[in-house]
Amino acid sequence: MDRVPILKIGTTLFVSIQIDLQDESVVRLQEDLADELAATGARGVIIDITAVEIVDSFIGRMLAMIGSISRLFDAETVLVGMRPAVAITLTELGLSLRGVRTALNAEKGLELLNGRA
Amino acid sequence: MDELPIRTGDDVVRVRQQVRVVAAKTGLSLVDQTKVVTAASELARNALVHGGGGLARVEVVTSALGKSGVRIGFTDEGPGIADVDLALTDGWSSGVGLGLGLSGARRLVDEFDLTSKPGSGTSVVVVKWSR
Repeated sequence: MDRVPILKIGTTLFVSIQIDLQDESVVRLQEDLADELAATGARGVIIDITAVEIVDSFIGRMLAMIGSISRLFDAETVLVGMRPAVAITLTELGLSLRGVRTALNAEKGLELLNGRA
Repeated sequence: MDELPIRTGDDVVRVRQQVRVVAAKTGLSLVDQTKVVTAASELARNALVHGGGGLARVEVVTSALGKSGVRIGFTDEGPGIADVDLALTDGWSSGVGLGLGLSGARRLVDEFDLTSKPGSGTSVVVVKWSR
């Protein structure tokens, strides 16, 4: 199983998903992020899905859960770089990803986190 | 026709990759490729999680009007589905999920045919046509 690396820069955790996600990898990412949030006190998480070709209901649910979990650590999660075809498919699938903020790219995601009061 | 076993999470990823290759070759648009790959991911996971593993068959098909498409058949020998209509309802879930897998997969494809009987496994055949 491939693992997704987590980078800490300042008070933000950066995750860039560059692999074809299997279920165990995304569950592992959720656990690793929770550990990392608890250990570092990071205030924000940016998940870059530019390279992700599909988000199905399981992966989408896990991403939404990462948003909920990070809130329990007083951190905000921003999902960035979603491909247009993925956005269309997710909507048709019926997944709204409530609880996760989105931004066009990593730079805008960081602006969103930094603008937080 | 490609036959792929579904026994592990890695196999689900391989089914997705194979459907992507065939869908691209068939001339589906990027959005339609993404939809059919996503549907395949849902159905492959169902075969693994609920069916205890199974088989995916991926092939190119041609309609009577000459359109080409990708057809994927999933079979498992799991416990089967007692109430197919209920299983296809948005939000109905047998376990921990959101209940969008099966109903969502149906929305993402052009043809969807599910056959299941308790005790004799489940078979789902889906087709996505190029436009």
